[in-house]
Order: sequence, then C-alpha cells, then structure tokens
Amino acid sequence: MEALLSNVDWSEIGWASWDTLVMVGMSLLFSVLIGLPIGVLLFLTGKRQLLEQPVAYAVLSFVVNVLRSVPFIILLIVMIPFTVMLIGTSLGVAGAIPPLVAGGAPFFARLVETSLREVDRGIIEATQAMGANVRQIIFGALLPEALPGIIAGITVTAITLVSYAAMSGVIGGGGLGDLAIRFGYQRFQTDVMVITVALLVIFVQVLQMVGDRLVLYFSRK
Amino acid sequence: MIVFDQVQKSYQVGGRAIPALHPTDMTIETGEVFGIVGHSGAGKSTLVRLINLLEPPSGGRILIDDEDITGYNPSELRAFRRKVGMIFQHFNLLSSKTVADNIAFPMKLAGIYSKTEIRERVEELLARVSLTDHANKYPSQLSGGQKQRVGIARALACRPTILLCDEATSALDPQTTQSVLKLLADINRELGLTIVLITHEMDVVRRVCDRVAVMDAGRVVEMGPVSEVFLHPQHPTTRDFVFESESIDHEELQEDLQKANGRILRLTFKGESTYQPLLGSVARKSGVDFSILSGRIDHIKDTPYGQLTLSLVGGDLNVAMQEFEAADVHVEVLR
Repeated sequence: MEALLSNVDWSEIGWASWDTLVMVGMSLLFSVLIGLPIGVLLFLTGKRQLLEQPVAYAVLSFVVNVLRSVPFIILLIVMIPFTVMLIGTSLGVAGAIPPLVAGGAPFFARLVETSLREVDRGIIEATQAMGANVRQIIFGALLPEALPGIIAGITVTAITLVSYAAMSGVIGGGGLGDLAIRFGYQRFQTDVMVITVALLVIFVQVLQMVGDRLVLYFSRK
Repeated sequence: MIVFDQVQKSYQVGGRAIPALHPTDMTIETGEVFGIVGHSGAGKSTLVRLINLLEPPSGGRILIDDEDITGYNPSELRAFRRKVGMIFQHFNLLSSKTVADNIAFPMKLAGIYSKTEIRERVEELLARVSLTDHANKYPSQLSGGQKQRVGIARALACRPTILLCDEATSALDPQTTQSVLKLLADINRELGLTIVLITHEMDVVRRVCDRVAVMDAGRVVEMGPVSEVFLHPQHPTTRDFVFESESIDHEELQEDLQKANGRILRLTFKGESTYQPLLGSVARKSGVDFSILSGRIDHIKDTPYGQLTLSLVGGDLNVAMQEFEAADVHVEVLR
C-alpha cells in the first residue's frame, strides 16, 4: 500500500481538497447570487410573461448564451485580465473564482428560467387575481413553487463547478485539479492522479445525494 | 352591481385582431348567482376574466357599483381585486404551502391584517368549508373536492363582495360537484355575495343560478332568469345545452312523436302547480285520453318544475287547453 502510493503527500492532498471545496463553495455562492436574479429576469421578460420585454430578453439571453458557448478552458484564459483587475491576481484559489462564476452564473440562470417556466400558469393567475404585485408574485408564489427545481439546479451547477474548478488547475488555479496536473500529469505520478480523481468522484456523489435529498424534502407535489 | 357597457375583447394574432368577445351589454345584480354557459371557446373564460381585469378589455366600460374599473391605476386595481374572489377549474393552489397557509395567502398579500386577525379568519374559514382537520396538510394530500373547498376558503379570505367561478366543478365527479355547488349556494345566501359562475354544464346552472347568459362564438345569445331560459329556450345553442343536460336525444324523441296518435302537447309546470293532480281532473272534465311520451320533474334552484310531453286523443281539446291554462301551466302545441 505504502509503495503503491509512494508519491502521495496526504497533507498536500488535504489542502488541495480544502482549496477545491473553497473554490466550489465560493463560486457556487456567487453563481447563485448572480444567476438567480438573472434567471428570474429571463423568465419575467420572456414571451407572454408578466413583464414581457422582447428587447431586454434578447439582450440578456444573448449574453447568457455567449458565456455558455465559450468553452470553459478558453473562458479561464480570456478572463485573466479581468480577474487581475478585480482581485489583483489570476492565480490560486481566489484567482479561480471569477472565471468559475462567469461560467456558473449563466448556466444556473438558464436552469432557474426553466424551473420557473414549469410553475403552473394558473398559480400566477390566481395570485394576480388576489391583488398581488409583481414582487409578491415572484417571492410569494413563483420562487416557493419553483424551489425544488431551483435546488436541483443548484446541485447540477455545483457539480459542473467541481469539474470547472479542476480545470482551473491548468492556469494555476489551485485545488485537486492543480495537483492532478502538476503531479499526476507533468510528473507522471499516476497514484496522485488516481487519488485526486477518486476524491473528485466522491465529492460529486456527495453533492448529488445531498441535492436529491433536499429536492425530495421541498417537493410537495 | 356589475355592468358591462359595450365591452369587447380581441386578441392580436399575427397582426390580425381576433375577436373573443363582441361588444356586450350585461348587468349582474348584487347578491345574485349569475351563470354564463357556453361551449369551450365561446368566450366565457374571457368574459369572467374581464370582471377582475385579468384580461383588460379592448373597448367599452365595466362598472362595478357605478365605478368604472377600466380606469383604475395599478394600485387601485390591486386593491379592487382583493374584493373579488376567484376559484378555478384546476384549483390553482400553491403546492408549496399548507392548506392554512394557502387560505392565509391573500390576507398576507393585502398587508393590512394582523397575525391574530389572519389566524382567526383562517380558522373560521376552515370550519366553514369543513376542513379544520386538514389545516396542516399540503394540497397534494387532498382530494379534488377538498382542494376546491380550500380554493373557496382562500377566495373568501379578504371578505370579497364578488366571487368568480371559472369552471369550478368541471374537474370534479358528480357527487363532489353537488357538495361544492351546495357550498356556493350557502355562501351566496349567508354572505349575500354576488357569484358569477361559468360552466359548460347546464345542470350546474339549473342547480344554483338565478339568471343565466348563454354564449356562442363570442356573443351572448340569450340571457334571462334560469327558469325562463331553461324551460323555454329560444336560441339553438341554448336548446342544445338544455337537451344535453336532460340527456334527450332529439332525433329519438321525434321518432317517438311520429308514432303517437292525436295532438301532441308539451306542458310546463312551475312552482306549486307541479304538485297539483292536474292530468286526471283535466281528463275527466274534457273527456280526452292521454298518454305520456316523455316527462321530467326536477328543481331549478329551489323551484320545482315539471315538463311533460303528452299525446291527446278524443274528448274536447279546447276544454283541456283552457283547464291547463287556468292551472297556470304553460302549453305548447307540438303537433
């Protein structure tokens, strides 16, 4: 066993895991904070919706599509000057977060839009008939009704961010991906590669399980 | 009182205006149960949504208690909507809220009630719709009839003066329909609430409505007291609805009439005359013999009525006619 994993520095692995957790956690937080309002706006300004605004919808939708169509590895590189401007460095855990959010937020926004569209129109109509204003319809009816869908969206986004975070190792992002590239790939330490991949698999499994449980808990249908 | 003054509605489809409601004049009195019956696509859904402006009209004025609601600004409109309850075919309850929270929802939205007021009102409403034991359940745990009762309680929460019912019983089985209609009738009687009810079932109209409007292709084609419209339908659409609700096959009936001898009369009894032993005494006095070809005795809201199709042979037909008319029975000579 010792010989098999001779290259593995467990404290290094521990720190890298922690870095990955921080990167995913922080970027997920900001992706949700930014993506949720964008998703709600996408929904509201869409065709035959409460605040139908074809121009606003087209612009918003275009921006989201552009960010989503750029391969993440390219987005990582394109974002470097902007990241440096924003937080002073494009390296390490902190440097990886802005590109992760740029990739995660539009992704999550689309998922929010989709889950809001699945809310029965009749419920919106009933809420309107009660004399609710748009804000009350959003917070009182739409978001609570779409909550299970939104939680499922957060889970999918978190899992996507795990793989994005691993990719950010390419530009010196830190975390398990960084370890896998520097040791596993560049130094041919297959054992390090295996361990990091195994940890990422476990991480994704746990995220999916927790997400599914939460969706189940909040589903009243 | 709800007054429609040349109200019309059309939708823009591909640059063309498709009329959903042709200019319509209509008055719904305070405290009455007003039915709107029509096939799907006749415009009845549009009409009921004009009353709380879920659909803004394309023209005309809608007056509620002499106030033109089409001129309301958004906040006036929201305040007005709180005074108009609405229930739906598919209930439209919030699946994420409990029964009690669904009922409390419109009060919370209004933002003018205290927590205690809301709690007391919810308890009172739960009792009224007999769902006290289900307060903490979620809508998915209830039957269709229970869901609609939650819908009714929710619609009543802010003490509205008008209740709009959009096909409220169409998704329910006959027995549940009965109990929901009874609840609506009780509410109308006890609270003096004006109820506007749209349906495609004449039977629903017959059970609870005072007056009815029949719609066809975006127009009100017949309007009047239910007994009048139901017993003496004028427009072909109305006739279809009445025959449908009586499950009469028109062609079969014609065949039966062909086979019968003598004159054929249709008698319509209403109110007290329904219970009079009329046929026997008329037969004795006029000497006519009769056979009953078809008949039905039922209620229109609280008024009993009967409708009989008879063939009469022999005797003095004129005496018979006089006797029927003297007894306040409407006589129609079919042949």
